[in-house]
Amino acid sequence: MTETSTKLDFRVLDEILETYEYKKSYLIAMLQKVQEVYRYLPEEAMTYIGEKVDGLSPATVYGVATFYAQFSLEPKGKYEIKVCDGTACHVRGSMPVLNAIRNKLNLKEGQTTCDNGLFSLEIVSCLGACGLAPVCVINDKVYPQMTSDAISMILDTLMKEEGLN
Amino acid sequence: MSEDKKTLIIEGKEVEFTNEANLLEVIRKAGMNVPTLCYRPDLTSFGACRMCVVEVEYPNGRKMINSSCTMPPEAGIKVHLNTEKVRKIRKMVLELLLANHDRECTTCDKSGNCELQRYAEEYGIKKVKQYAQREVMAPIDDSSCALVRDNNKCILCGACVRACDEHQGLQVLGFANRGSKTVVEPMAGKELAKSECINCGQCAAVCPTGALTINSTQLDDVWNAITNPEKKVVVQFAPSVRVAIGEMFGLEPGVNSTKKINAALRKIGFDLVFDTNFSADLTIMEEAHEFIDRLQNGGKLPLFTSCCPGWVRFLELQHPDMLDHLSSCKSPQGMMGAIIREYVPKYYEDIKSENLVSVSIMPCTAKKYEAKREQFKMADGRQEIDYVLTTQELGRMIKGAGIDFKTLEGEEPDSPFGKYTGAGTIFGVSGGVAEAAARTAYEVVTGETLQNVVIDDMRGTKRVKTVELDLKGTKIKVKIVNTLREAEKCMREIKEGKADYQLLEVMACPGGCINGGGQPQSCNDSNIKELRAKGLYKDDETGELRKSHENPEIKDLYAKHLEKPNSHKAHELLHTTYVNKRNDCYISVGE
Repeated sequence: MTETSTKLDFRVLDEILETYEYKKSYLIAMLQKVQEVYRYLPEEAMTYIGEKVDGLSPATVYGVATFYAQFSLEPKGKYEIKVCDGTACHVRGSMPVLNAIRNKLNLKEGQTTCDNGLFSLEIVSCLGACGLAPVCVINDKVYPQMTSDAISMILDTLMKEEGLN
Repeated sequence: MSEDKKTLIIEGKEVEFTNEANLLEVIRKAGMNVPTLCYRPDLTSFGACRMCVVEVEYPNGRKMINSSCTMPPEAGIKVHLNTEKVRKIRKMVLELLLANHDRECTTCDKSGNCELQRYAEEYGIKKVKQYAQREVMAPIDDSSCALVRDNNKCILCGACVRACDEHQGLQVLGFANRGSKTVVEPMAGKELAKSECINCGQCAAVCPTGALTINSTQLDDVWNAITNPEKKVVVQFAPSVRVAIGEMFGLEPGVNSTKKINAALRKIGFDLVFDTNFSADLTIMEEAHEFIDRLQNGGKLPLFTSCCPGWVRFLELQHPDMLDHLSSCKSPQGMMGAIIREYVPKYYEDIKSENLVSVSIMPCTAKKYEAKREQFKMADGRQEIDYVLTTQELGRMIKGAGIDFKTLEGEEPDSPFGKYTGAGTIFGVSGGVAEAAARTAYEVVTGETLQNVVIDDMRGTKRVKTVELDLKGTKIKVKIVNTLREAEKCMREIKEGKADYQLLEVMACPGGCINGGGQPQSCNDSNIKELRAKGLYKDDETGELRKSHENPEIKDLYAKHLEKPNSHKAHELLHTTYVNKRNDCYISVGE
């Protein structure tokens, strides 16, 4: 990546702050917006918000960002895969599905985003769709009754769309 | 607000209450007590530690366990402070806290002064092994020359987080993560030295354990210098030290120990003992003249006082565009540092700049940082002041030297930088610098003798005071604030053009230096800082001289060496410059 593309565009952040009138009561909404743009919360963005918004500090913003599971401090993939491992999904075989994804994406232990940045993997507790167990969600699209074969095919299709294979 | 007297019953005793914020206050006012870790009377109630739980019995017979620091007092209730149930809860709280605690007590900076340690002893905690122990040790952050952060000792009471926010408005420290992973740390666990911390030490002043302590690595260096026969160690001590150090030896807060400190310092082995009060007088000479000059010749106003290193760092970090308001005068510590280097070798034959070690005793952790300022560097690369110790550290030295401070016979300081006036001594309390400056400014501007030197409106523990003065036709308005939360409001006022005052005195600690981060811990009793302030005002009242320009040693210094205030030589030695420090810290991101 080039130098400029790794740097944050603070004008984008200013726009977001402006939308929320620089009010600290909108902090969570601001962070959601930032995560939407960058697919994670860059440290510099958190510092910037903490410094610009009255009544907040970088440490306080960081505290909020690390409190909620919805915020990620690591870049997420273009495709965010959520594998449900709630009781129902677990019983109906979410682990084989998870392992299939790990293998397919070559994810090492503890790694959540694959090397090309296309996919990121997250285990969630319950998606509230137990009747469809085991469930995966990829970028808001729900995939019911998953098996290791089914998820492999889905990932293959997505990779093909991205011109990989 | 209703002032009606209502009553409740504590331990069978009928107790009146009015508008106390919580039950705990009522209990303590009634002369009784419950243990607390997270509660600090000067901060908001947090209810984190659950040590202050009491059993409350309602008129209908219902009994409840409640934390007294968060429960408003209610008429007619019966409060039991020490039932079996309550003791059991407190013991459980302590056992759980200790299980997760680094229990290396003997080498802990807080040992003997730790509230967790004390309660563990009082509640007879003998076993904590049945709970999961801390497995991985968190790294210790000793990057800051002022403070040390050790999260292995943190009980997450949040007192430091509240102090940093509610006093200073900075929120350098915050809670991060959640549940069992929660820690208190600066932004993303960064080092304190690289954060926007101003080193005031108010976090350490409210920490019940050894999680936040004063960085006392220089203590050994000072002992080494003292025992080294080649070195001549010269020491100065600040106004506020004298009214607080006695607390470490069983004296009442506010008792003036100036002469005892002189004696103790000599007994420890310091070669020359000077008084920072002398250089406080010197600061007034320089600052009052600088103020008059700015007033009469259209200089930048309002003038900001520059004695408080926490405040100076705050400006350098947060408002570098306002630095030209700041007085160019060094702080009293800085001035004394320069004077000692320049003139002690001239007065004492056996002392040369090469073998002179300059030590200062301060109520303040930020003074450690100030002494390391680039601007206080000498031509040979050394700092003018070698070591800065806090009141707490001096107390430890005195104990370590086996000196019985309480019965110690007082001694006089050394000359020629040991005499001080009442104006110098009140520097330690919020409003004191302004009052001292006004006494000198009045006489310089009007040419008349000021009869009544006390300016009552500048005194008291309020965080904001505004006083109008009439220097025989020249009207000036002075604003006095303590805590940076209030100072920040002033910065906005000035930027919006709403400031109608010409002098702004700022001290970062609540109440001023008497309540500094280096003083003996006093966070459980709001009255202590008032007693210390009274001690300084009494020192002013009972002294012979009360105006800085009447100090004979000051007159002598100008006559022999400095010529007059703000002279070329005075500027060389006693004045300094400030720099924008934003780029030292992550807050400059995006600029």
